[in-house]
Amino acid sequence: MREVLVIGAGPAGLAAARAARDAGASVVLLDSSDALGGQFWRHLPSTRPSRNEKLLHHGWSRFHRLSDALESDARVRILPSAQVWAIEVLDGVAVHAIIGEPDGRQRERRVFRPDALVLATGAHDRTLPFPGWDLPGVFTGGAAQALAKGERLAVGERVLVAGAGPFLLPVAQSLTLAGSRVLAVLEANHAARLIRGWSPRPWQLLGAAGKGVELAGYVAGQVRHRIPYRLGRAVIAAHGTDRVESVTTARLDAHWAPVAGTEETVEVDAICVSHGFTPRIELAIAAGCALTRERFVVVDEHQRTSIDGVYAAGEITGIGGADLALAEGEIAGFSAAGGTSRSGPARSGPARRRRIFTGVANRIEVAHGIQPGWTEWLDDATVICRCEEVDCGSLRTVARSTQSESFRALKLSSRAGLGICQGRMCGRTVEHLLCTFSENVPLKDDAHSDRRPIALPLRLSELAEPTSHKDQRKGNHD
Amino acid sequence: MVPSHEDPIRPDDPITLSITVDGEVITGLQGQSIAGVIMANDRLGFRQTAKRDRPRGVFCGIGVCFDCLVEVNGLRDVRACQRKAGDGDMVVTQGNSGPQDPELHGSELHEDVS
Repeated sequence: MREVLVIGAGPAGLAAARAARDAGASVVLLDSSDALGGQFWRHLPSTRPSRNEKLLHHGWSRFHRLSDALESDARVRILPSAQVWAIEVLDGVAVHAIIGEPDGRQRERRVFRPDALVLATGAHDRTLPFPGWDLPGVFTGGAAQALAKGERLAVGERVLVAGAGPFLLPVAQSLTLAGSRVLAVLEANHAARLIRGWSPRPWQLLGAAGKGVELAGYVAGQVRHRIPYRLGRAVIAAHGTDRVESVTTARLDAHWAPVAGTEETVEVDAICVSHGFTPRIELAIAAGCALTRERFVVVDEHQRTSIDGVYAAGEITGIGGADLALAEGEIAGFSAAGGTSRSGPARSGPARRRRIFTGVANRIEVAHGIQPGWTEWLDDATVICRCEEVDCGSLRTVARSTQSESFRALKLSSRAGLGICQGRMCGRTVEHLLCTFSENVPLKDDAHSDRRPIALPLRLSELAEPTSHKDQRKGNHD
Repeated sequence: MVPSHEDPIRPDDPITLSITVDGEVITGLQGQSIAGVIMANDRLGFRQTAKRDRPRGVFCGIGVCFDCLVEVNGLRDVRACQRKAGDGDMVVTQGNSGPQDPELHGSELHEDVS
């Protein structure tokens, strides 16, 4: 029987696993978390079941249908707490995972050699730096969501939500349902841009009823809770000694540059700031998959990447939300299982849904994408690389004094992006700032911040342990 | 924390546990992350940074930023947002002094080869 390995148990990965089984393959499903659902369907642990959890979720019944089917299927092996740290493609695909308590001791190393691989690794928040963003009490939207949905914990009592994109609305809703008072949601873009992005050819959105209903639900939630939604405004600084105590907000122009004289001070005990998402593409890069210019994984209509036997679905092919991820996952799982029938999902319902929700994804980018003027809210002391504590002034000095045209050399000189998060938080920002400061646009090497051959920090003692061979197939050994 | 009996999602009554953070015993709920237990006890800062000695707390909440690293039961550099709290866990927040005992802590590999 053909074996499909799926990395990531969010909407895309769950749909892929299910479709691969339906097409007759056996499935191995790996996820770094100890529960299914990914960040989107993050929920209370099994030790604390709840009767009405659907209140917190969009598509909760879909999640239950998928996870129940997979959990009760003897031909699906679900391996939670499994972190994939490397992928090699030589004679077939080898997936290296480490399984056990996060960052724990004596985790087990395993190597999988599936017939096909589906990458469904998702995305994390992208937060642009601003003075004070390293203070405790400044969170990404994802952190607020994870704690509210996974633990029923509100990150603060008086909270401001800021940044860009429709996903700020579910953050505000989750916070409210966890007991926070959300003072306002600040969207960096002005009404004109939102209208330009969202309103053309509205009939195309009709098919996206699910998304429409999801977003409409959040807007209705905001009205009910009377949360102001302010356009063209951003948090440009956070203040406090050991934690955030207040923030400065300002009106932005159409390019996101703050407008002098429009500053307001707001007292808060937490803020949640996200300016979009960064796809988690290091495993796709390790597998050798081709990327688009915007650095998403290139896929064809069957969700095939440029590498034989490797498929991709969900946010790593474009930021489009859960509905698009589900449609892509279904197609990827079917294709990875070797499904070829003409009525397969690449030709039917999922393909239609994929087309509709790709349209939604494009609108999100047109309406909410990052604009270059934000760098004007930085000052020289603003921390850019959180791990290595490299500030904006040092980055500029390194760029100007070395006159280097190499991103790699500039990173090594400045140390920006070289810390333990492996440039996940600041990488793309550092690229942008170095290009701006060095006035050599673009930098002349083709290096970028998303390449991480070792995809997570490992302890050397763990790397030295022999690999468990029980998952290797067909008698292969390394 | 949303009190269980007031929560509209109607969760089962939680089972409590306790952990020790820098010598102080605090209580949490089974299934919570160490970060969640600490934050629910009104503490936001988790570590002091190496260069500037500045406080850092949970930032990304999903295991990506590594800002919430703590020492758990003698092992350094554990992401508090990812590790589930276990009853009796001994948690020590990390300062700027680095590991004292390399035997115990082990080195780390996080190469950047881009």
